[in-house]
Order: sequence, then C-alpha cells, then structure tokens
Amino acid sequence: MATLGDYLIVSGILFAIGFAGVLLRRNLIIILMSLELMLNAANLSLVAFSRFRVQPTGLPDYNAQVFVFFIITVAAAEVAVGLAILVALFRARQTTDVKDISSLKF
Amino acid sequence: MKSMLPWYAFISATVITLFALRFKALSSFISVAAVLGSFICSCLVFARSSVSAPEFTWIELGGVFKVPLGFVLDSLSKTMLVLVSGIGSLIHIYSLGYMRNDEGKSRYFAALSLFMFAMLGIVLSNNFVMLFVFWELVGFTSYVLIGHWFYRDAPAEAAKKAFITTRIGDFGFMIGILMIWAATGSVVFTQIAPRLPILMAHPAFLTVTALLIFCGAIGKSAQFPLHVWLPDAMEGPTPISALIHAATMVAAGVYMLVRVAFVIQTSQTALLVIAWIGTITAVMAALIATQQNDIKRILAYSTLSQLGYMVMAVGLASNEAAIFHLFTHAFFKALLFLAAGSVIVMLHHEQNIWKMGGLSRNLPITFLTFVAGALALIGCPPFSGFFSKDAILTLAYERNMPIFVVGLFTAFLTAFYVMRLLVIVFFGKPRSDIARKSKESPFVMTGPLIVLAPLATIGGFAFFARNFFALPIEKEVGALVPVLAIGVLILGSGLAIGFYRNRTSEPFDIALLRHKFYFDELYNWLIDWTQELLARIAAFFDRWIIDAGAVGGSGGGTWGIGALLRLVQVGNLQAYLFLFGLGIVALIYFAVFR
Repeated sequence: MATLGDYLIVSGILFAIGFAGVLLRRNLIIILMSLELMLNAANLSLVAFSRFRVQPTGLPDYNAQVFVFFIITVAAAEVAVGLAILVALFRARQTTDVKDISSLKF
Repeated sequence: MKSMLPWYAFISATVITLFALRFKALSSFISVAAVLGSFICSCLVFARSSVSAPEFTWIELGGVFKVPLGFVLDSLSKTMLVLVSGIGSLIHIYSLGYMRNDEGKSRYFAALSLFMFAMLGIVLSNNFVMLFVFWELVGFTSYVLIGHWFYRDAPAEAAKKAFITTRIGDFGFMIGILMIWAATGSVVFTQIAPRLPILMAHPAFLTVTALLIFCGAIGKSAQFPLHVWLPDAMEGPTPISALIHAATMVAAGVYMLVRVAFVIQTSQTALLVIAWIGTITAVMAALIATQQNDIKRILAYSTLSQLGYMVMAVGLASNEAAIFHLFTHAFFKALLFLAAGSVIVMLHHEQNIWKMGGLSRNLPITFLTFVAGALALIGCPPFSGFFSKDAILTLAYERNMPIFVVGLFTAFLTAFYVMRLLVIVFFGKPRSDIARKSKESPFVMTGPLIVLAPLATIGGFAFFARNFFALPIEKEVGALVPVLAIGVLILGSGLAIGFYRNRTSEPFDIALLRHKFYFDELYNWLIDWTQELLARIAAFFDRWIIDAGAVGGSGGGTWGIGALLRLVQVGNLQAYLFLFGLGIVALIYFAVFR
C-alpha cells in the first residue's frame, strides 16, 4: 500500500525533472513539455492529498480534485496559446532555440 | 504736546526719508524744527515737578513675559532729556553749516533725527526690552552716520567695525537681560528692584548678570577691550563725532549703568571689575592720545579716557559722580569737537595737527571756545571738568587707593596731551599754506560754540549742578585731592608747553603708543586666525562630508549597485528562470521553516 509520502516523492521527482527540463533544454517545444510535466506533478500531489484526506462521511476531499480539473483546463489553454506563439515565433525567426531569442523586441 | 516729546524726531526722520530726500534745504529745516520741538518739550517736562506718562502693555506672552510701553521720568531722565535735546539742537544747527554743501544732506539729517528719537527713547525707557530696542537703534544710526561718506573706504570700514564691535557687547547685554528676566520674572526696572533680595543668596549669579549687563556698556561706551571702534568712528562727519561719539551715545552706556545701578551694586566683585575696566580704559586711552597726530583722534581718545572715568565712578558705586561727569563732559566734549570741526572745515578737511599752527589769530572765536573746552577737559578750576573730575578722584581716594593713583596719573596725561594739542594747533607759526590762509567759520557754526563755551565753563559749579541737574554733590573731604589734581595739571601742562613750543614735528616717537598698543593688529590677527581655522574646518566638512560623503556617496553607491545588478541581466531566459526558482525556494524556506 503506497503512502502519501510515496506519491509526494514521485510528484517531487516529476516536478524536478520538469524544472530541470525548463532550465536546461534549449528547444522551446521541449520547454513547453517540461512545463506540462511540472503542472502534472502538482496535479499528482493534489490528487494524492484528496485521496488521503478522508472526510468523516468516508468520502475523499473532492475540493482538491476540482482544483486539478481547473489546472488541466488552464494548462490546455496555455498550451494552445503557447504553441500559437511558438509557431508565430518560428515563422518570424526560423528557430525555436532560446539562445537565439534573447532580445525583448524584434 | 509734551507727550509727543520723542516722536517729533521720529516723524521728522520718516517724513524726510519718505518725501523730502530730494529737497535738501527742506529736510534740514524739518530736522532742526523737530529737534527744537523736542528741546522745548524737554524743558517743559523738566520744569514741571511731577509729570506722568500713560503706560500700556506692548508685548504679553502667556502672562510670564510682559513688556509695557512705559516711560520713566525722574530727575535723572529729565536732566538727560534736556542735555540730549539741548546739545542735539546745537549740533543740528551747527550741521547746517558743516554739511551745507554735502550731497547726502537729506540722508544725514534723516539719520540724525532718527538718532535723536532713539537716544530720547533710551533715556525714557522704563524697562530693559524698550531700552535694548532703542539701544540697537542708536547703534544702527551710529553705523549709518559713521558711514555717511560710504563711497570712501575708510568710513565704510569704520562703520562696519563700530557696528560689529558694539554688537559683541550687546550680545552679552542681551543675555544679561534674559538672566534678569529669568530670575525675577520682570523686565521693568521698578519691578525688578524689590525682587532682587531673593537673589542675594546666589552672589555668583548676580555677579555674572551684572557683568553681562556691563558688557553692553563696554561695547557702547567703548571701554577696554572693545574700545577699538571709537577712534575709527571719527571717519564720520565731525558733528556726528560731537553728538554721537562724544556727548550722547557713548554716554548712554554710563546712563544705562546708572539706571540699573541697583542690580550692579548687589555684587562687590562686579563693581570692582567695572571700576578697574574704567580705570584701565582711562589710562590706556590717555597714553595713546599723547602720540596721535589727528586732531579728531586725539579728541576721540580723550573721550575714551573720560568715559573710563565715568565707568570708574560707576564701579566705585557712585551714580552722582558718574552722571555729574557725564554732564560736564557732554558740554565740553561737544564744544571741543565742534571747535575742531570748525578748524577742519576752514582748513579744507585737513586733520593732521602738524599741518596747522598759529590758528589763534585766524580763528579767534574757535580758538577761545576751544580753550574753554580744553581747560574744562583737563580739569582746570573753575571750569566744569575740575569739579566733576575732582568728585570722581575724591571718591577713588576714599574707596580705592590704587585706582586713585592711576586716575591721578591719567589726569596728568590728560593735561599733557590736551596742552600738546592746543600748543601745536593754535600757537606757533602756521606750518602749511591752508593754515596760513584760513579764516573764521560762519555764524551758524560759531553760534553753537558760543552757546556751549559758557556751559562748559560754569557747568561744574555746585549750585548749577544741584539746581539745574538736580544732582547731589559728593561731600568735600579736605583739600588734598584738589591740590594734588591741580598739581598734576600744572605739571602736565607745563611739560607739554615746554616740549612742544615752537616745534614743527613730533620730538618723541613711541611706537607702542603710536600704534595704540597694537590692539587693531592683535584683533586682526585673532580674527584672521579664528577665521582661518573655521574656514579650514568648514572646508574639510564640505570636501569630505558633503562632497565625498553625501553627494559622491549617493552617486557612487547608485552606480556601484547598478554595476552589480547589471551582471544579473544576461538576457538569457533560462538564467532568469533559475533565479526565479531560487527566489521561490528562498520564499518557501522563509515562509515555512522560519
């Protein structure tokens, strides 16, 4: 039987992988993917909290699960906007490498 | 009409300044009319046995600080009124002649009127605050009048010197007034007197207070060590030297001391200090006067010396002797200055006595009146100075022997330098062309001389002093003092006549006396030195604290922090994110684990 700690450790590892990906990878698409990974790490811990916080009625605390739905929705919107910006950027600069995108203004 | 007494002069000064500055004759007429009005009022006030003036509150602060606008009208102030306005009138009239071709005649008469107002105000004040206000006002008019010919360097410098030097004394005076007020809760003379016995338990406080008040007199009456301004003040027009720097303003210090004598006489230490300062001033000024060559400067030093006598009398706790000498001195010194002014004008502003000589034939009236003044000054009986100086010397003989000896020596020196002046200026052969061609002054100038000469002569008679001045005379003690005084008088005069008869230049040369004991040099050095020190401190502060610290520090600090922060701005998105992550970690660390 996995404990809350196990879930949180997995969630922490996922988050660390995502953060490292954001920091270290140069490709914007990979960075976006790493961002999604970090969001899902947060989702995982939230779901775990929900599962382990049992109400006196015997049901889990659904507040956290509602929170997760919101995050998934926002993440979907974010990806849509982010990929759109990325496509626009690629059309303008023919690159998706962050090293080449260091100025605030084209 | 009598209540208008001091205000005539004030109105005159205002009217001249506002409306009549362009009309020289009109302004002089207004000014003379105002001073004559004051004189007539003074005589009327003097003649009435009891006069009361309305009193009302001027300043009131929370019930603890009350200054009334009130007047004191006792025999002392009434006599001073007649004296100030009387001599003032004569000098106004004389000024009509002396200043007749002057460019700044209107300005001169406006300032003269303002001076009369302030001087009458000093005499009439019944409290310290009013006295101090008028005191500063005479200081200011004195500054304006010394600097009347301000476009020349010497008068401008002298005016500044006079003002600043007297201000040093006035600062002490102001602190003294505040101490009196703090201790007794009042600034009115008649209210202070009954409250003084409470303070008797603190003799040190009383001594300090008395000496601080005396500081005012040191400045105004040009006592040692603040005497340096008075000889330089002779750069002003001669009537001003006569009125302000001989007869009235410089005597205001003595008048003030007499007015507050009830404070000063509570401290024996203060009295002793005052007496010795007066004595030192008297003998020092007399010594300097023996080696001066400018006719007005010699008279200025004799004024210093006589003021020293008066202060000495105050210090010997005798108001009567001090005021008696003040009165006789006012007459004969005004006379001497006016006569000197007559000589100076007729010699086209030549003041060096070695360029004069033989003037007794060309200026007979000036000569005779000058002799009357000179004899009164050296204390030759029966001239007025004999009686008043004798009163002071008798007093010193009774109360303090060392002071008497120095005072007697001063009397000898006085006889010596006055005779020297008289012999060089009026006898012998003329030593220059202008002296040879000189002629007598117009009547408007000799008139006041003719009025003053008899007053200087008879002013000292006992009946005159007692009845006219309402002054008691010190009791007679044997004939020793008068005999000694006459002895040194004959000795001094004889020596001077012997040395200086038929001389064409100074036979002695005593550098120490000719340079006035190097006081000016000492003060210059002192001021230079302190100024240099202060300037260096200020420069250090400015250069290192203000410039390097405040200005350079904030500029350099901003630049340095900017340079540090610029290192962070690499333009790399991921580096920013890394820092951002670190920041969040730090935030969580502080929020959760602290």
